[in-house]
Amino acid sequence: MNLDLILGILQIVLIATTPLVFAGIGELVTEKSGVLNLGVEGMMLVGAVSAFIILVITGSYFLAFFVSILSGIIMSGLFAFLVLFLMSNQIATGLALTIFGIGLSSMLGKQYIGTPIDGLSPWFFVIFSFIIVFLVSYFFYKTKAGLILRAVGESHNSAHALGYSVIKIRFLSIIFGGSMCALAGSYISICYAPMWQEGMTAGRGWIALALVVFATWKPERVLIGAYIFGGVTILQMNLQALGLRFPGQFFSMAPYVATIIVLVLISSNKLRIKLSAPASLTIPFYKGR
Amino acid sequence: MIRIITFLSTFLVFAFGSAYADPKKVGFIYIGPPGDHGWTYMHDVGRKYMESQLGDSITTTYLENIPENADAVRAIRKLADSGHDLIFTTSFNYMDQTHEVAKDFPDIKFEHATGYIQADNVATYSARFYEGRMIEGHIAGHMTETNTIGYIASFPIPEVVRGINAFYLAASKVNPDIKMKIIWVFTWYDPGKEADAANTLINQGADIIVQHTDTYAPCQAAQKAGVYAFGQASNQEEFCPDAHLTSIEDIWGPYYAERAKAVVDGTWSSGDTWDGMDKGMVVMSPYNTKLMPASLIQEAVNMEVGIKDGTIHPFTGPIYNQAGELVVPEGEVAPDGMLLGMNFYVQGIDGEVPQ
Repeated sequence: MNLDLILGILQIVLIATTPLVFAGIGELVTEKSGVLNLGVEGMMLVGAVSAFIILVITGSYFLAFFVSILSGIIMSGLFAFLVLFLMSNQIATGLALTIFGIGLSSMLGKQYIGTPIDGLSPWFFVIFSFIIVFLVSYFFYKTKAGLILRAVGESHNSAHALGYSVIKIRFLSIIFGGSMCALAGSYISICYAPMWQEGMTAGRGWIALALVVFATWKPERVLIGAYIFGGVTILQMNLQALGLRFPGQFFSMAPYVATIIVLVLISSNKLRIKLSAPASLTIPFYKGR
Repeated sequence: MIRIITFLSTFLVFAFGSAYADPKKVGFIYIGPPGDHGWTYMHDVGRKYMESQLGDSITTTYLENIPENADAVRAIRKLADSGHDLIFTTSFNYMDQTHEVAKDFPDIKFEHATGYIQADNVATYSARFYEGRMIEGHIAGHMTETNTIGYIASFPIPEVVRGINAFYLAASKVNPDIKMKIIWVFTWYDPGKEADAANTLINQGADIIVQHTDTYAPCQAAQKAGVYAFGQASNQEEFCPDAHLTSIEDIWGPYYAERAKAVVDGTWSSGDTWDGMDKGMVVMSPYNTKLMPASLIQEAVNMEVGIKDGTIHPFTGPIYNQAGELVVPEGEVAPDGMLLGMNFYVQGIDGEVPQ
């Protein structure tokens, strides 16, 4: 009985945390290349709605996820074009992308709200989320391409001087981040809570952003952080259901508080370097220099 | 001087207003999207009903997804500034914001849903959802096999606590062994979190899920796990046909039409409306004949009749609080004042209301 209970809790934690892992690892790769994309929430929502619509129309899960990832590529490609080629401010553009994504997803999904669908089992994606974190970690620390990507994020001028195409590498990193966010969104609307509702990601994009800082830009720590955030939420639900007195409000804000604490810690400059924040984060790259 | 100008301009507005007989503008502030198939959806159904009843004499606008913070002030003010005559703010936590704006626009009528503070131009209205909770509790008491009910609660406000108590009183009456497991999720709207809460409750042995949040995610989770659930605010049977026993439906249309008509006729006055099944503001969705025995459905229908004619009241004494103190003596019913401010669990429910 007790083992069943614990296994059950574990299942719920795994299912609830997976979207955070996807979005977090995507954003981490983007940030490692020196670009901060605040459009996570918007890309997740567009990913969620496009997967849902395609599933309703075609009935094919494969197509649904395929189109969803495509939508993430388009959304993040738009962002990449603005910040890499037109040199727009990354923070402002990212925020605009989120607002755009919220609006676009609401508009696209209007007539699909309340359409019943058959949800897909989440387990494939749960396992995949672990694999992708492992792959990203391997890519960063064991491959030359990963080293180059990190170099671009640390000092784009040096990377450029060595002959690497900063723009191309950043573009690809942003696209990867976008497709992961869209995957997180489609997981939510197809597996996690199989429905389309406006704004249904309910702030998970922002938690994913917080996660990257919390993880101090290390892939495996994104996984750990996501499971701390997700685990705490589910744990407090369990304690509540067991009838224990528990300040649930506190746990709702815990991820953000934890992130602020980490931010305070790394705002001292020396530590910041130690904690491996990409040195060129949010700094635009001008090829001419 | 300023007062005279204000008076004159008000007078002029009124004079011209009536001379041209423009359609009255009615605005709504929604906490979620009208497509949530829950709380906001039913307000929007009410708005459309009002439009259909009053035709050309009104036009309506709504602002959706308005958070319950300072943004709400801006949203309400926006409606007030753009010449709306009547504004419905449809969530409890819009209370302060509604009053803040209402003070600055004495000629505009405001209606605040589920609130309890009135002003000269702010009326409040709510429905006695707890009557429906009583019926749900009665059904749950009969249907549960594990004697464990999972209850997903949103925010610790009297409205939600009242529902929990009404549900428990009825359920424990038919089944004294019943246990309630309550999870406060501190949100009205987060499909993922609502599903997590439902799965957590099911994992802990609940075989009936009750929700006081706005989407059908908990009902879907119940369907997937093969347990029963009650929907929320609107009929959610199509999303979880094998789990859905019934829902409490909020029927706002007639009230909205009546209040808008009063504004058109110039007879609107502030007040507090709290109607229930007798006035048709609370309606039970069709009982699920596949899942419920006919005798139980008949009992539920009889209860509806009793609630409507006043012979049954969900809060009939003796009722004790958790400390064992008698709060409603035998043979009496809880006064509305106690119900409106209810912030304690009745005896038998574990845990505490979060403060």
